[in-house]
Amino acid sequence: MKLYLVLLIVCFSACKQKDVAKVKAEPITKTEESKIEAIDLTVYNFNELEPLLNIKDDKIYVINFWATWCAPCIKELPYFETLNKEYKSKNVEVILVSLDFPKQYDTKLKPFIVKHKLESKIVVLDDVDSNTWIPKVDKDWSGAIPTTIIYNKNKRAFYEKSFDLEELKIELNKFLN
Amino acid sequence: MKKVVKLMLLVAVVFGAWSFTTTDKLMDNGYKIGDVVADFKLENIDGKMVSMADFKEAKGFIITFTCNTCPYAVAYEDRVEALNKMYASKGYPVIAIMPNNVEVKPGDNMEAMQERAKEKGFTFPYLMDKGQLVYPKFGATKTPHMYVVEKTKKGNVVKYIGAIDDNYQDADAVKNKYVEAAVNALLKGQEVEVKETKAIGCSIKV
Repeated sequence: MKLYLVLLIVCFSACKQKDVAKVKAEPITKTEESKIEAIDLTVYNFNELEPLLNIKDDKIYVINFWATWCAPCIKELPYFETLNKEYKSKNVEVILVSLDFPKQYDTKLKPFIVKHKLESKIVVLDDVDSNTWIPKVDKDWSGAIPTTIIYNKNKRAFYEKSFDLEELKIELNKFLN
Repeated sequence: MKKVVKLMLLVAVVFGAWSFTTTDKLMDNGYKIGDVVADFKLENIDGKMVSMADFKEAKGFIITFTCNTCPYAVAYEDRVEALNKMYASKGYPVIAIMPNNVEVKPGDNMEAMQERAKEKGFTFPYLMDKGQLVYPKFGATKTPHMYVVEKTKKGNVVKYIGAIDDNYQDADAVKNKYVEAAVNALLKGQEVEVKETKAIGCSIKV
């Protein structure tokens, strides 16, 4: 039993170390540093964000609520980036709404944006009164992230779930046809 | 040929109805205000099994689905501890349940839970939802996700679902302490005014 425990601890700390190693393996370069400094984050409260959720032009909007601390969000982020690239010509715009904590904008969010070369439009929502604004995003939203909205001027779909790329394309295609 | 078409139609109708009911079910999952909560028996960080029935003197419970790894849950740790300090003696102890799949989130495994509880000096039970069978009954979707239940003759009845308060970032800037207000009302034998609130949280890892 003791041995088992020790093994578990070793395994656990090894895993931890691996994570640290992963981060350390990619030090921030000088160019990245200047890029991070150059980022001018758009930080909104909900009243400022709300218009972005209700644009009535000819585009299809894919809105993803995420944060750097949300593991399933990070996992699906590349799929949203892919959509943004592949469907730009089809009038699709991806907007990534970050829910990162203000004190981590400089230490986590900006470095993440640079490291992962995010190209989609990014806005940051800083509004603590979530009980007021969550139901305005969608009446069915419990507040868990990741959460995604796809909409155009005629219809709207809400997903409180994680996506893989294929699923995301299937849902988007419902708006394209 | 007609038969085939009919059959296909039937299949379509049945399938359509089935898919509707599944979504409806998904939406309606979990306890609502006024529902009676089924008791659970989950392992605590001290190795003992804990049920609501163990708390003979309790008038109700402040149940929170929480974990080590979600920043929102972490932001509320001290406030959960404060709730237990304030209300356990008055008959509303906190019971914390960790709902995540520890294969996905090793940082939420039993050892990590024990470590965290020790670090933070938790005075409430911190239970592992082993097999992830309890949180779906509640309909919890995220951490933290709070339920205040009142012990009545028919069982433990849900009186409040949602957030602890209205400011996860800054405990000092809180305007509405939802859980406190709910428990205070119940202690006075009054109706809970704000029964449900919404808050951002980390999706429960399955």
